[in-house]
Amino acid sequence: MTFLVGNGGGFSGDRVDAPIPVVRSLVARGLPAAMFFETLGERTVALAQLERRRDPELGYEPMLERLLEPILADCFRARIPILGNFGAANPPAAARLVARLALRLGLPELKIAVIGGDDVMGSIALDQLPVHEADGSIDIKSARLVAANAYIGAEPLVEALRLGADVVVAGRTSDPALAIAPLVHHFGWSFDDWEKLAVGAACGHLLECGSQVTGGVFWDPGFKDIPDPANIGFPIAEVTAEGGLVITKPEDTGGIVDLRTIKEQLLYELHDPSHYITPDVVLDISRCHVEQVGKDRVAIHGLGGRPRPDTLKVTASFEGSWLGEGEVSVAGPNALARARATADVLLRRLEMRQLGVRARVDLIGIASVLVSDVGALWRGYEGPEPPEVRIRLAAEGADRDMVDQAAREVLAMLCCGTAGTGGARWRLTPRILTRSYLVLRERVPTTVSVRSAREMA
Amino acid sequence: MSEVEVPLHAVAHARAGDKGNRSNISLIPYDAALYPLLAKQVTEARVLALFAHRGATRCTRYDLPLLQAFNFVIDDVLEGGVNGSLNLDGHGKTQSFRLLSLTVTVPRELLPA
Repeated sequence: MTFLVGNGGGFSGDRVDAPIPVVRSLVARGLPAAMFFETLGERTVALAQLERRRDPELGYEPMLERLLEPILADCFRARIPILGNFGAANPPAAARLVARLALRLGLPELKIAVIGGDDVMGSIALDQLPVHEADGSIDIKSARLVAANAYIGAEPLVEALRLGADVVVAGRTSDPALAIAPLVHHFGWSFDDWEKLAVGAACGHLLECGSQVTGGVFWDPGFKDIPDPANIGFPIAEVTAEGGLVITKPEDTGGIVDLRTIKEQLLYELHDPSHYITPDVVLDISRCHVEQVGKDRVAIHGLGGRPRPDTLKVTASFEGSWLGEGEVSVAGPNALARARATADVLLRRLEMRQLGVRARVDLIGIASVLVSDVGALWRGYEGPEPPEVRIRLAAEGADRDMVDQAAREVLAMLCCGTAGTGGARWRLTPRILTRSYLVLRERVPTTVSVRSAREMA
Repeated sequence: MSEVEVPLHAVAHARAGDKGNRSNISLIPYDAALYPLLAKQVTEARVLALFAHRGATRCTRYDLPLLQAFNFVIDDVLEGGVNGSLNLDGHGKTQSFRLLSLTVTVPRELLPA
């Protein structure tokens, strides 16, 4: 029997109406199914921790109610559990929000699980842990710790489902674990059946970024067109007990599932394709191949799995420096010369005032994202005269006031700048530094508690 | 057989992801017949040179012949990544199209219509 896994969100900030057609499709197909949301980027949990410091009832995914309200009753009635790392830095508060929502929707018997244990800020001394991957060069001397969370695996999520949870509220989990858990629970796969867990990990990896496997960040007009990009359907995986895996999407939506979208997402954020480490299994896609088995249906074959590592990844976030940014526009005849002159004067002003910040200037429309801090690509630009250019200054430093002063130099160009300078914007934001460590998994005990909405609210 | 020099964008697609100061960019030809040609022409050295202005120190290419795809892993290319970069795109998602601007020489009949 086939089990369906639907994804309703690939990051905090994704389209909030995305889950609706996915759930409609799962319910219509009538097969056993689960929904998951992946809303917790590397530094999202640190930002959430700062929110929680400000208000103890905050610190979870801010769009949580908006995401769940249209689907919660349908999922509950169809016995489709919802899993998510939308608890962020405060899973208990997120669970209370879900409980209040459930009562409002007339679902007092809805069972909500809270997963704990990923937050290791108070329990593990980071300075005694080995540093993960290429993070050794990050300078964290004297930096203040904001959050430290372990990427936990699927086991506590499976326990929550076994206890009858309709909604599983987690903080930091590995992204694939959110898909592995309902599969392990439904099919009774063993936690040392590496080939099956590899299928679950691949399912989670392909779905975890939502529309990225169904046409999002894929469409390239005239080269890679997709139907109805304003209405991209989020992905659904069809998984069999034997480990068959097909990726598809709801019928009444835009977007596309073909070999090209699958290949792009399979390799997304992967380094060695034979060695994709998750807390539950090491996934090997080096012998994998893909097959179009119908319209918007692709099968993935040849997945390999090896035993899980003894360690978990812990990502710690620290208070970083301040980032100041300012932008102004120029347009029309001689725009490029005015933009270059503006850039030079801004850098000269920072030097004159000795603000002690690291800075760069971009000419948006000529060269910005592809250029380095030196700006060689826009300095050497010899192409046609652009109709408009937006000039951006970015400055960074430890002293908030100095960085703010640097950003305000852009504002001053409204009066002191070249002819026809307009559209100033400037802002100041605190930066978060992250660094990852490895910790033995037995040092990260997890907890699971399940209560009904009635008991919780 | 006539050959033509084109940007990779004419014959392949790509996606970039990040981990810290390391970027990975997939490269996938539209036509499987182009896979060996790209394997020959889109070398680690050429890709490293393409990103030298951003401080890249190393480029490793993983070949996936069954998927007909390549995965380029480029170290130290993100100016510190989201942690420290002053770039508007600290994740380097737009860098996939820098890779697609690299030129290759291909038989004219393998160009998409």
